[in-house]
Amino acid sequence: MKTKDKKTKGKSANGSSAAEILELRLYVAGQTPKSLAALANLKRICDEHLKQECRIEVIDLVKHPQLAQGDQILAIPTLVRRVPAPLRKIIGDLSNVERVLVGLDIRGPAGPTAKAETA
Amino acid sequence: MRRIRDTNGHGKGSAALAGLEKAPTGIRGLDEISGGGLPRGRTTIVCGGPGCGKTMLGLEFLVRGVEEHGEPGVLLTFEETPEEMTRNVASLGFDLKALSDKKKLFLDFMRIEPSEIHETGDYDLEGLFIRLQHAVDSVGAKRVVLDTLEALFSGFSNMSILRAELRRLFRWLKDRNLTTVVTAEQGDGTLTRHGLEEYVSDCVILLDHRIHDQISTRRLRIVKYRGTKHGADEYPFLIDESGLSVLPVTAATLNHKISRERVSTGIPDLDAMLEGKGYYRGSSILVSGTAGSGKTTLACNFANATCCRGERCLYVGFEESTDQVFRNAASVGIDLNHYVKKGLLFHQAWRPTQYGMEMHLLRIHKMVDTVRPESVILDPVSNLIGSSTQRDVRSMLMRLVDFLKEKGITALLTNLTKGGDHLEATEEQISSLIDTWILLRGVEQSGERNRCLYILKSRGMAHSNQLREFMITNNGIRLLPPYIGAGQVFTGSARLAQEAKDSADALARKQTIERKRGDLQAKRRELEARIENLRAEYAAEEKQMETLIQQAQSVEHRLEMDTREMAGSRQAGASTGKQSKRIGNGAQG
Repeated sequence: MKTKDKKTKGKSANGSSAAEILELRLYVAGQTPKSLAALANLKRICDEHLKQECRIEVIDLVKHPQLAQGDQILAIPTLVRRVPAPLRKIIGDLSNVERVLVGLDIRGPAGPTAKAETA
Repeated sequence: MRRIRDTNGHGKGSAALAGLEKAPTGIRGLDEISGGGLPRGRTTIVCGGPGCGKTMLGLEFLVRGVEEHGEPGVLLTFEETPEEMTRNVASLGFDLKALSDKKKLFLDFMRIEPSEIHETGDYDLEGLFIRLQHAVDSVGAKRVVLDTLEALFSGFSNMSILRAELRRLFRWLKDRNLTTVVTAEQGDGTLTRHGLEEYVSDCVILLDHRIHDQISTRRLRIVKYRGTKHGADEYPFLIDESGLSVLPVTAATLNHKISRERVSTGIPDLDAMLEGKGYYRGSSILVSGTAGSGKTTLACNFANATCCRGERCLYVGFEESTDQVFRNAASVGIDLNHYVKKGLLFHQAWRPTQYGMEMHLLRIHKMVDTVRPESVILDPVSNLIGSSTQRDVRSMLMRLVDFLKEKGITALLTNLTKGGDHLEATEEQISSLIDTWILLRGVEQSGERNRCLYILKSRGMAHSNQLREFMITNNGIRLLPPYIGAGQVFTGSARLAQEAKDSADALARKQTIERKRGDLQAKRRELEARIENLRAEYAAEEKQMETLIQQAQSVEHRLEMDTREMAGSRQAGASTGKQSKRIGNGAQG
């Protein structure tokens, strides 16, 4: 797996939301099923549920163990939302989309944002 | 220290058979009671309530491992940052920064912030393992401390994952042959709040922090130690400027090497009572007595005698300040100050209530180790009572006397007996520990109180059985020979009075005898005079009688002469006779 898999996804339908860039880091440890599942789930969520621009950085701790200290990673996989502040961590394979969105503090497609857009 | 190892001799033997290797902790006393240290390559749980010293134990295990046994270590903290930790232990003389700069110690802080963490789906704690592996690899660690691993329980809500991961963690540590200390909070009625002991069953150490009469005592107990014998008691321990110290309660064996050498008491008269030689070197001496009976003065004399021989003396006072003791000693002609200057006398004074028993004991231990004295004086041990329970004091004194005996140090303890107590009862019941017991007591008589001294016991010597009057003079202590009269021992002015009275009596008796002797002579003289008189009388009478007898004889003689003359004259006229016969016949007829 690549260490830094930068993925930019533009969804500049709305000007205000385009300004919000999400910087995410996914910490994994080798090619474990959990890690692979987490990455696939994350990509899917970004594509299907997020309108903001997402920068996803994947860090493999097996290759770079010293990086675990910075974000205080214990559990694997961990998704860290670095921007916007405050820092948030979501641990697990990200299989529950609802919880991921709550964890990222991003309102889902059925949320008020969607309503506001339609309005 | 050796003696504890001896008691664990079996443990060591079986350990050698079973191949249970131990990693010495370097913590004073802990290696003795655990029979050599913690199980090498295994995990030890250190549990206890908050503030009982768990982290300290873990840290010292790491630091000593680096400094004394050349084993690098890793410290993973879950509660304090390395900076905080470094600052906290700097006061104990541990320089964590220097050690981590030298790549001997790896500090990592695992911050767990439950509010930041959202769980979704399956996960594991591989991050922890990776960090641990990284830490171990970067210093080549042999020892690992996980400080309050239980913090994980607050960070992760999926118990089944957590428990599985903990199990994996302990296995992982064991597989890498890392000697690990895991600290854990004590739970309510359980050893650890989250049941960590279920995973680790090799060695569990319980720390405890108890308050008695506002003085705290820390205790350590090895709850279990698989595969080896260990001390099962609760051992007091303390944390001071040089880290942790565990104190073995008692020596199981009594095999001190004893000395036959004698040391002076500092008082010639008292030496004389002890076969003229004084105490045995390395023996324990108790001086007990009521208030003001001269215990400290006796102790000062002993200190003086020790320093006089050029030996070192450690004097620990619990009652008087250094200056006060020296001033008072000077008043009886003992100059202790110049021995301090010479570096022979070390006087320490502190309040008995300043510390708990263990702290007292440890301070004395440490001072003995640094000063290396030939004699130690504790004045008075009874004052320690106020700071702890009687049993604790007894246990402390027992350990102390044991310790000093083992080192061959002569120990002099003073003990204040309360007025109401039986004089020969020491409050701490320490008499069995004591080799020589000197009792000082006040004797009240004729409006004054005088001091008396006697030797209650002195093992291994023919000591005096006398009760002596104990005089503190400007030139030191004098023991006056006993003055016994009318079945009583007299002291002070009563003694003087009795002495005067007795000598007057003796004089009177002498005079009486002389007078009687004079009378007798006079009587004899009188009698002799009378005899003389009688003799004179008799002589006079005899003379008179003889005169009378002579007179009578001369009369008789003359009469005889007269008769003869007359007869002669009758023969000349014989008819005269016939004539007269006829006259007679004629009358008949």
